[in-house]
Amino acid sequence: MLDDFLVRAVVAGIGVAIVTGPLGCLIIWRRMAFFGDSLAHASLLGVALALALDMAPAFGVPLVTILACAVLLGFTRQTTFAADTILSIVAQSTLALGLVLISLIGSYEVSIMGVLLGDILAVSKQDIALIYGGGAIILAVLFRYWRRLVVATISHEIAVAENMSPRQSDAVFMFLIALVVAISLKLVGALLITALLIIPAATARRFSPTPEIMAAIAIMIGMTSLTSGIFASLHLDTPTGPTIILAGTIFFALSLLIPQRLFRKS
Amino acid sequence: MCPFAILPLPLSFKFVSLNTVWTMTSELLSIRDLGVQRNGRWLVRNINMSIQPGEIVTIIGPNGAGKSTLAKAAIGAIAPSEGSVTSVSGLVVGYVPQKLTIDATMPLSVDRLLQLTHRANSVQRHEALLACGVDHLRDAMVPHLSGGEFQRVLLARALLRQPNLLVLDEPVQGVDFAGEAALYDLIRQLRDTTGCGIMMISHDLHIVMAETDTVLCLNGHVCCSGTPDNVVSNPEYIRLFGGQAAASLAVYHHHHDHRHLPDGRVEHADGSITDDCHPNDGHHHAPHENLSNEAG
Repeated sequence: MLDDFLVRAVVAGIGVAIVTGPLGCLIIWRRMAFFGDSLAHASLLGVALALALDMAPAFGVPLVTILACAVLLGFTRQTTFAADTILSIVAQSTLALGLVLISLIGSYEVSIMGVLLGDILAVSKQDIALIYGGGAIILAVLFRYWRRLVVATISHEIAVAENMSPRQSDAVFMFLIALVVAISLKLVGALLITALLIIPAATARRFSPTPEIMAAIAIMIGMTSLTSGIFASLHLDTPTGPTIILAGTIFFALSLLIPQRLFRKS
Repeated sequence: MCPFAILPLPLSFKFVSLNTVWTMTSELLSIRDLGVQRNGRWLVRNINMSIQPGEIVTIIGPNGAGKSTLAKAAIGAIAPSEGSVTSVSGLVVGYVPQKLTIDATMPLSVDRLLQLTHRANSVQRHEALLACGVDHLRDAMVPHLSGGEFQRVLLARALLRQPNLLVLDEPVQGVDFAGEAALYDLIRQLRDTTGCGIMMISHDLHIVMAETDTVLCLNGHVCCSGTPDNVVSNPEYIRLFGGQAAASLAVYHHHHDHRHLPDGRVEHADGSITDDCHPNDGHHHAPHENLSNEAG
């Protein structure tokens, strides 16, 4: 069944949507969209390093994104530079370093466009194994930390006062974003990963009475955008990653047109 | 069992050996020579205070005086740079923050908020909301609440933990005057029924809750402390605010024996100027003066 590239693409997309749904919700509640973007940029350096050291990108990418996470965590302890200044510096420098490294290596194995925009129609069975393996880890950690993550999101002080160690859950959250970036790089590429996280979650907002339902709806909207984007790109002969994101944008725009009172009791 | 990290350890030990253990056991929270330093600047320093069960301590002070820093150090959210925060073993803190950082995109109902931090059944949640007069808001969305409703919901959330110490950070900020009196009345009731100690940060320099046992005026250090005046009988005050409201509010008259100059130095009552106002500068022969009941 997985021999058909289209089936592989849809299966991979569904696997990624399951983890981007809840993580995307947490990202928009915490206003950390820019943080996700920075890690996505850093993933290009991961691909380049993996090439240079002759190891699989499956190891190189999470290595670099987690390392970038640690650097960003370290910088949050200083107060001279605003967080988005640091994020920009880390994001653009790692992206630039990745591009320079790839051209220095002069490899034809990796297309820069492929890393930036992804190629979901080219996912292999190994890629699918990586997505579902990494996704299972992410879901397990999310499940365990969900309540603590939500409390740390609404009030850092309450979390401290009531022994819910928000610093630990913050670090866990960053680690999860690093992982999700690593497993979804192949699908939509470094430039569009954040959109895959944010847009379904933002679309789900209007129909959700609780945080958990919002995460569930975000998963379903993510799956719908991915599959409809894949088929639309085949039909229109357009690049698949950007088409998936545009499908998500259309769903978001449509969601704004639906009157909210249809979904929530007053 | 103590929920906070008490640092540094040697200081805590010194404190135990210098004071009788019996007086300590009656204190829920004891802050000794607390100092918090950030980027080479002392946010607060030389803070000494304690809270007994059933006692209401109100912290007042200008903006930037370090009130929230003190509250955060008390709940353990900020580690002291010097001195110690000691709590009685088994202390349960109910913290009511000034505001929550809830993004408008977060679909959080009041009832869900109550369940997030404490496992309580629906009867307990209903009772906590009822005690705070907001049981009708159970299904309301948290980002849509008004200032007064929001503080009551946060109080109900804190109550579910059955705390023996409530820490309230500017609970009446953004609440209108009638709401302020009603909220103070509720806080007094909670104190009376549960016997918990209350540490309250006030947004107002001069008006505090009438039931306050101790007022602490903070400006980087403890400028003065004492009991608030009983102004309930003051006809001017009642005429101004209305009898019902006046009963729950009091004016704290206080004067300082020094003022803080723009360059950070301190001008004392005798006209001399020193770098800081710490007790060892020769101007403080006793610990900070008690300026209670000096209504002008």
